[in-house]
Amino acid sequence: MSEQVLLNISGVNKRFGGLQALTDVGIRILQGQIYGLIGPNGAGKTTFFNVITGLYQPDSGSFELAGKPYSPSAPHAVAKAGIARTFQNIRLFGEMSALENVMVGRHVRTRQGVLGAILRHRAAREEEAAIAARAQELLDFVGIGQFAHRTAKFLSYGDQRRLEIARALATEPQLLALDEPAAGMNATEKLALRELLVKIKAQGKTVLLIEHDVKLMMGLCDRITVLEYGKRIAEGLPAEIQKNQAVIDAYLGGAH
Amino acid sequence: METFLQQCLNGLVLGSMYALVALGYTMVYGVLNLINFAHGDVLMIGAMVGLTILQLLDATIPGLPGYVQLALAILGAIPVTMLVNILIERVAYRRLRNAPRLAPLITAIGISILLQTFAMMIWGRSPIPFPQLLSPEPIVIGGAMISQTQVLLLVLAAVAMGALVLLVERTRMGRAMRAVAENPRVAGLMGVDANRVIVATFAIGAALAAVAGVMWGANYASITFTMGVLPGLKAFCAAVLGGIGNIYGAMVGGLLLGIIEALGAGYLGDLTGGFLGSHYQDIFAFVVLILVLTLRPSGIMGERVADRA
Amino acid sequence: MALLTFDTRHKPRQATISMAALLGVMLVFPFIASQFGNSWVRIIDMALLYIMLALGLNIVVGFAGLLDLGYIAFFAVGAYLVGLFSSPQFAALLESLIYYSPALGEALVAFFGPEIQQNGIHLSVWAIVPLAALVAGLCGALLGAPTLKLRGDYLAIVTLGFGEIIRIFMLNLNDPINFTNGSQGINMIDPIRVFGVSLAGEAGTNSTVYIGSYAMPSVNAYYFLFLFLVIATIFVTGRLQHSRLGRAWVAIREDEIAAKAMGINTRNVKLLAFAMGASFGGVAGAMFGAFQGFVSPESFSLTESIAVLAMVVLGGIGHIPGVVLGGVLLAALPEVLRHVVDPAQQALFGRIVIEAEVLRQLLYGLALVLIMLVRPAGLWPSPNKEERPNAALAREDEEASTA
Repeated sequence: MSEQVLLNISGVNKRFGGLQALTDVGIRILQGQIYGLIGPNGAGKTTFFNVITGLYQPDSGSFELAGKPYSPSAPHAVAKAGIARTFQNIRLFGEMSALENVMVGRHVRTRQGVLGAILRHRAAREEEAAIAARAQELLDFVGIGQFAHRTAKFLSYGDQRRLEIARALATEPQLLALDEPAAGMNATEKLALRELLVKIKAQGKTVLLIEHDVKLMMGLCDRITVLEYGKRIAEGLPAEIQKNQAVIDAYLGGAH
Repeated sequence: METFLQQCLNGLVLGSMYALVALGYTMVYGVLNLINFAHGDVLMIGAMVGLTILQLLDATIPGLPGYVQLALAILGAIPVTMLVNILIERVAYRRLRNAPRLAPLITAIGISILLQTFAMMIWGRSPIPFPQLLSPEPIVIGGAMISQTQVLLLVLAAVAMGALVLLVERTRMGRAMRAVAENPRVAGLMGVDANRVIVATFAIGAALAAVAGVMWGANYASITFTMGVLPGLKAFCAAVLGGIGNIYGAMVGGLLLGIIEALGAGYLGDLTGGFLGSHYQDIFAFVVLILVLTLRPSGIMGERVADRA
Repeated sequence: MALLTFDTRHKPRQATISMAALLGVMLVFPFIASQFGNSWVRIIDMALLYIMLALGLNIVVGFAGLLDLGYIAFFAVGAYLVGLFSSPQFAALLESLIYYSPALGEALVAFFGPEIQQNGIHLSVWAIVPLAALVAGLCGALLGAPTLKLRGDYLAIVTLGFGEIIRIFMLNLNDPINFTNGSQGINMIDPIRVFGVSLAGEAGTNSTVYIGSYAMPSVNAYYFLFLFLVIATIFVTGRLQHSRLGRAWVAIREDEIAAKAMGINTRNVKLLAFAMGASFGGVAGAMFGAFQGFVSPESFSLTESIAVLAMVVLGGIGHIPGVVLGGVLLAALPEVLRHVVDPAQQALFGRIVIEAEVLRQLLYGLALVLIMLVRPAGLWPSPNKEERPNAALAREDEEASTA
């Protein structure tokens, strides 16, 4: 595993009217890590996600991906730079087939435009074929290859989550950011998800993960940051986090 | 200075009618998040029914004083417009409460067309003259003229808006309306029958539109089956200007838009060196809409933001 | 409808046969209809133009999910473009320009030459069509730009506003410089000339077009031109639908935030939708101007925008064959009915109870309301469910699958 820093973010502040949602939050993820972000409800995890992926504009912060600064000003720019995400409440293109959902993920790495669409010259046809092939590959990789032509909204919940991951992978991200991918899953599904994430890591991808399932996180993550009320209260190895008093207080409601 | 005052007065008159119609839009939007595209045509129905009543009165009880006739026309138009609006809600919008946003809007457009078609069938296609019941002698204020009809219009609009404010702030139904506008589900948990509130909202909006419609006819002396479309759209723009969902916003927005249009019509020619004239008057409302939605989507008094998906 | 399918991806053979059969019927139609006078073909000529409009609007509303209520503005742009550059109107414009600003006027006259001062500009169809597409497309992008951050219903009203603004400008841009000739409109627009043959026929032949030694009525000649254009439109929009761009449009329609997160530059893609949709409108408008020979602002009102929307909605939002069906039904049917219903009413009631105009309005209103309430996917929705917009249909799918 390389020691290169993939994602280096610091000093993020975000205020919503009267509420300071994030105070000086930062994160440092190394290449190939699975990095966890946990915290009680309302801690600001998804807000932080939304900031680094360009959905929200931060009041301040510095953002670096693979050594190069990137500006989280627009989600599509972030995707282009190399961060792909999934959503807490699954956001698939419901009326499209599973295959087409993943094909949309290829959009950012492909080029054909109006002319290619109308003329369908050789380059356009080849690109389309490549897009479809890669999409099928990814569907197979996450384990739902057989549902390629099923309408996305008719997939089972667990399969929809996988589909979202496949779609995110299609953008060839350097960092895969998953917002509660295990939410609503039963134990078997969580095991399968764990296996998938391990497979993804084995391919050399870096993963940032928000999750509530502590057992899942402890077994999976290389390092974890803990947020509470928009502030970072702990950072380190899973074993350290588990014993950290501030973390325990946050979850069990210590004296505040 | 005279022109300025005159245009301001004109604007106030126009704006009062916009305000009355804008209230209907904003209230329905508040409870249902729906733009009732057909609301302008309710104004037209009010005018048509009012006219029919006036014709009836003229045939059966001639010689009634003008004010009385107009009052009767309005009182007669109100139940009809209420019925129309309630029917529309019941038959069309209720079924589409959970549909994606575009479906009710498209349906509303269809209903607007149907209302115009029925008006066309009943009252014909050509413009119909609206009787001038009040003395045409204008009242002069500081060099500007205002007719008795227009004064009545302002008075009626003020009374109607005042009554609405009382209703919304002081009565049980008003509280219920505000609750449903905030959060229908929780209001339901508190025992508010959302459906009844919605029906009441449509009814009240229709009543206001009836007043506006009859007075529009009295003011412009002519009505036709398409008369409601443009004023309706402009009233919607006014509602957005004032802050959609906010009743006071609708009143402010309506009056403001009326004044903007009147002043613009009066001065646009001078401002552009003759290039654009008063015929461009109708554009103002849309320009205002686009500016508001681009620069300050919540409008003058609103907290709801218009653009967050 | 079960036999007739245009699903080239899943049933290619059946689709090809269906298309060939339909094409055959369309090619033969005018020769048969001509036996009964010109009016039937003329009705279909106008219907073809409307179908083109509906297909263009389908890109914006159907593919990208942007409810454009001012679409007719692009039709107007194309029509007035042909009005300005294929008629004597430019001469009138120069004249008013000289009156308004003699220096500028004289300079322009010197630039364009005395011929133009006399007769105006007369571009050929080969220049007008691309020009109309380009200018309309640009207008589409311009008018779409302020709407990009707006939510569905607000977008609709703003586009409506733009449509009205354009109509009012067309109505009033005759003073001081006469661009559009105001409410009178522009007439004496050149008919289309293809390879030296005027589609309006030679003077004195009662509008008969001669190709070699073969004669056909002018409306028939236009019919084939418009049919060709409609087929081209179907071809292009179909290709757009099943492409990377088409997928991006549907992604935006389904979930704009997720689309952005997947790297789609939604601003540019939406602008493309507006521009492409508008360009078809522009071409249709140019054809309309040349066909009619005159244009006036009343042809470009809100009612027309809504009519085109009704065609898209009635037929099947997003589904090209459905949109064509919607166009045929709502453009041709009222006229056909008028030929049938008027005499029927005369026979039954001795007078006309419901005029054709009223019937037309009634049809449009009912189409919109009933379809949304009963069958929101349209009369002929896509058999591939992934091409259908949205959740209202989700409900009917769920009901169907649990039945």
